Amino acid sequence: MRDVAVIGVGMIKFGRYPEKTVPELGAQAAHLALKDAGVDMKDIELVASGNLYQSNAMVGQRILQIIGQTGVPVINVANACATGSTAFREAYMSVASGAYDMTMAIGSEQMGKMGLLGGGGAGGDPAYSTEGVLGSGLMPAVFGMAGVEHMRKYGSTQEHFAKVSVKNHKHSMHNPYSQYQTEVGLEEVLNARVVSWPNTLYMCCPTGDGAAAAILCSMDKARQYTTKPIRVAASVLTSDPWTQRDLIMPDINTLTRNAAKEAYEKAGIGPGDLDLIELHDCFATAELLHYENLGICGEGEAGRMIDEGATSVGGKIPVNASGGLLSKGHPLGATGVANVCEVVWHLRGEAGNRQVEGAKVGMAHVIGLGSACTLQVLEKV
Amino acid sequence: MAEAPAAEKTQRPIVPFLKLPATGNPYLQGSRCKKCGATYLGARMACSKCFSTDAMDDVQLSDKGELHVFSIVHQSAPGVPTPYIAAIVDLPEGVSVRCNIQGVEPDPKNLKFGMPVQMVTEKIRTDREGNDVIAFSFKPI
Ligand SMILES: [Zn+2]
Repeated sequence: MRDVAVIGVGMIKFGRYPEKTVPELGAQAAHLALKDAGVDMKDIELVASGNLYQSNAMVGQRILQIIGQTGVPVINVANACATGSTAFREAYMSVASGAYDMTMAIGSEQMGKMGLLGGGGAGGDPAYSTEGVLGSGLMPAVFGMAGVEHMRKYGSTQEHFAKVSVKNHKHSMHNPYSQYQTEVGLEEVLNARVVSWPNTLYMCCPTGDGAAAAILCSMDKARQYTTKPIRVAASVLTSDPWTQRDLIMPDINTLTRNAAKEAYEKAGIGPGDLDLIELHDCFATAELLHYENLGICGEGEAGRMIDEGATSVGGKIPVNASGGLLSKGHPLGATGVANVCEVVWHLRGEAGNRQVEGAKVGMAHVIGLGSACTLQVLEKV
Repeated sequence: MAEAPAAEKTQRPIVPFLKLPATGNPYLQGSRCKKCGATYLGARMACSKCFSTDAMDDVQLSDKGELHVFSIVHQSAPGVPTPYIAAIVDLPEGVSVRCNIQGVEPDPKNLKFGMPVQMVTEKIRTDREGNDVIAFSFKPI
């Protein structure tokens, strides 16, 4: 495997674009990334396109029908919430393997208003639908229970989780790409209506539309295009290994821990070397679990970490400087490429008022329930 | 052709692993890997722990267990009544079950980690063919 660099990134502000098509959103992001890299479609040798809700509709090819039909290989990727980040990894692997010199990853999504409450239908006779009868398989309850498991193990409280929402909303105020850029107070978060306890409305990511793209290039050619290549120090994808309850209660922890171990080994770093992390806060409960899963604190210390402000911008290890999915939004296919964009901007020193000063190494983490975990370690060179 | 017993004609379990015997109490059926002992809810083609493809042993699961974790669901898919308690219950055979908890108000203060719970069944709906659909849930003992 050879070294790979990200030489261009771009994303559109997440939000609602009912007047646009998914390929139009993806095309906008692709144009931004191409422009950022200073290349054009004839330089791109492979495109990996992530989209979930239209995964049978050849979104990648339809994007090329807008931005340039060069006849290159197009891979359409679907991997739940890890859809975009898996597309990024495909684009990375294609260059790392030596098969191609320059590739593009695009993530795009239009979610409608159902968002993470969508799906869950049993098919066939609705009398046999189990949702609400045999518990819940919907994301708010799944991540609610994952948080409750942390309460059970370590005595963490709803307030600990609520503080994640307060922090990420505060961060979002400085991110022009964020769907929401509004500060919320702790009382406001705790008093908001409960979606699935312990997560209240402000502790759940919004639904929306969005797109993001990245251009990857072999490191030996990267400097032809940019003075600030960002090295992909590790790009890892795991699925859930067998654990006792996983088939009944999705285990979001073990596969993240496995991915973290592999990513740190590949990158030759430890969690203490990270300057910032964009991680998968689809629900506020998830963020605290991942502090421990990614090893930025010890077992059971996540609650203390958020209490101490260690993961705020300006703290020891800023997490979700972008505002996270809780504010920035979570258009599934776009999410995993967008968090690469965010980390790249910080490593280049281009993140504006939310800049993590002097950032040299960053991590982007995504979980797709079912489950897939991706980790990208990015490094300034 | 022999007629099926009346109970099988009119009562259908909501999921295949809920067994409704003509005599005796309803129960959940599991399967246990002969090789490694991993136990699963319902039938399995193979063991995802040790990869054994040997036929598994059927296990009649206990109707009593312990509450592992829960969430109080206040917003769900269209048509699903809320609020309700969604939970994971651990059974002594080493199997976990996703279920509703009944018999207490849906408030976190009514629920204790590890509290003993017992399975109950009830008719929840009638299907298109007119059969009673039977579901299970757990209630605190
Ligand atoms: Zn086995």
